[in-house]
Amino acid sequence: MDDFLVRALIAGFGVAIVAGPLGVFVVWRRMAYFGDALAHGALLGVALGVALGVSSDFGVIAVCAAIALLLSVLQRSGRLADDTLLGVLSHGALALGVIALAMSQGQNAGLLVYLLGDILAVTARDIAWIYGAGLVVATALYLLWRHLLAIAVHEELAAVEGTPVAAVRLSFMLLLAAVVALSMKVVGVLLVTALLIIPAAAARAFARSPEQMAMLAAAAGCASIALGLWGSFVFDAPSGPSIVVAALTLFAASLLFSRR
Amino acid sequence: MDDSLLVEAVDIGVALGGRDVLSNAALRVRAGEIVTLIGPNGAGKTTLARTVLGLVRADKGTVFRRPNLTVGYAPQNLKPNPFLPMTVERFLAVSVPRSGAGLERRAHALDDVGAGHILHNQLTDISGGELQRVMLARALLREPDLLVLDEPAQGVDVGGQADLYRLIGRIREMRGCGILLVSHDLHLVMAATDHVICLNRHVCCAGHPRSVARDPAFAALFGARVAADFAVYQHHHDHVHDADGAVVPTDGKIADGKIADREITDDEADHG
Repeated sequence: MDDFLVRALIAGFGVAIVAGPLGVFVVWRRMAYFGDALAHGALLGVALGVALGVSSDFGVIAVCAAIALLLSVLQRSGRLADDTLLGVLSHGALALGVIALAMSQGQNAGLLVYLLGDILAVTARDIAWIYGAGLVVATALYLLWRHLLAIAVHEELAAVEGTPVAAVRLSFMLLLAAVVALSMKVVGVLLVTALLIIPAAAARAFARSPEQMAMLAAAAGCASIALGLWGSFVFDAPSGPSIVVAALTLFAASLLFSRR
Repeated sequence: MDDSLLVEAVDIGVALGGRDVLSNAALRVRAGEIVTLIGPNGAGKTTLARTVLGLVRADKGTVFRRPNLTVGYAPQNLKPNPFLPMTVERFLAVSVPRSGAGLERRAHALDDVGAGHILHNQLTDISGGELQRVMLARALLREPDLLVLDEPAQGVDVGGQADLYRLIGRIREMRGCGILLVSHDLHLVMAATDHVICLNRHVCCAGHPRSVARDPAFAALFGARVAADFAVYQHHHDHVHDADGAVVPTDGKIADGKIADREITDDEADHG
């Protein structure tokens, strides 16, 4: 097998393994739109990172964290419905990001790579970054699991029972920001949310416990990466969208099995 | 300070979205006491309970909670998340300190509330009445000093409701915990409680169920016929829906219980 395919597989698996368990919380807490807003904000982050001369990954995490904080402040004021607020932030960030990129790197330069990802171009350094940050995210997720689960069951019940809800929520948003930064190398900002929620949704049909669903989601994510890369190679299709189509296929298959 | 005092809320005012939901509301729960908040839908019962729990910040007034108070809470309308696979047995252990949540203890707690047969069912597969019992078992597993039950009989059939309130009475006797009940279900609650607080955005009247039932404010809130019913203290299950209909004649939807704590408009609240 070619080196770039091996690197793509390794990088993809690394992302899928953390995106799966995080994705199940996105599904349980109905945060798919929030994932979109973060992903679109990531584009702005890339432009910011480039403009400031720091790594684009740091730019992405910084902008995503800012969006998460901004959203929690705006939500508390309660003047707009959550989905409207997310729509405003999400598309505003996407438009600003495209403009910022165009201005810093020239019209259309590399835009498609950011929008749709290019897993075949990942370097050894990218892999080190993915596994390093992935390990941090996975550890944090393990430590927060009990609290996150309590909040997913019922936020107010969790609050009464002593879960530090606000802190856990913020931590989760930051973890999500990190995973968005990792995932955009694989599938690009437009399809990041797909990598989070489709494997998780596919896992639902087979899971009997929350932990099972998280592990199955990670497995489904890895299977999507492998299947997608294979499809991309055989049919000469773009890799990011191929991975998402593979995940979609798994989800459709899970629907057939879940019929009782 | 009186050691049996678990929670006390004094002169509570809460405004949500610019409207006063509660003003001058108060309640007190001591250990071993069952206190019930009753009132029409939208009277602010749930808001007052949530204020006591610290989920709503009062704009006015003070809330005292005994230090290190362990609270068992069963919120209204908990809908199991359809995307979250979880057995009843697992649900009982979420947020309960590990030492207190061994499988045997959980099974026993579920037996105690008469729902032992659903231990291994998925949470999404059980009925509304079963879920209420599971919530109660879960709250009890925390060994609470104070039990807060918001509309615990919702979704339970009429026979089961009487059972449930008897069960709540037994829990108080066996554990000596204080219990704060929220209900719009007059008949059953009045029989099971020590102290009634009749709420319609402010405290209309409060006291022993019998004295409250004779209070003119109670008659004004729930209708003379209902009040007369309680004054002689008869227990007619078949009047529940009549009584509900009489509470707010302008709002026919109240009888189905689905909109239990909608905040009401000024017009609707004015009959107090």
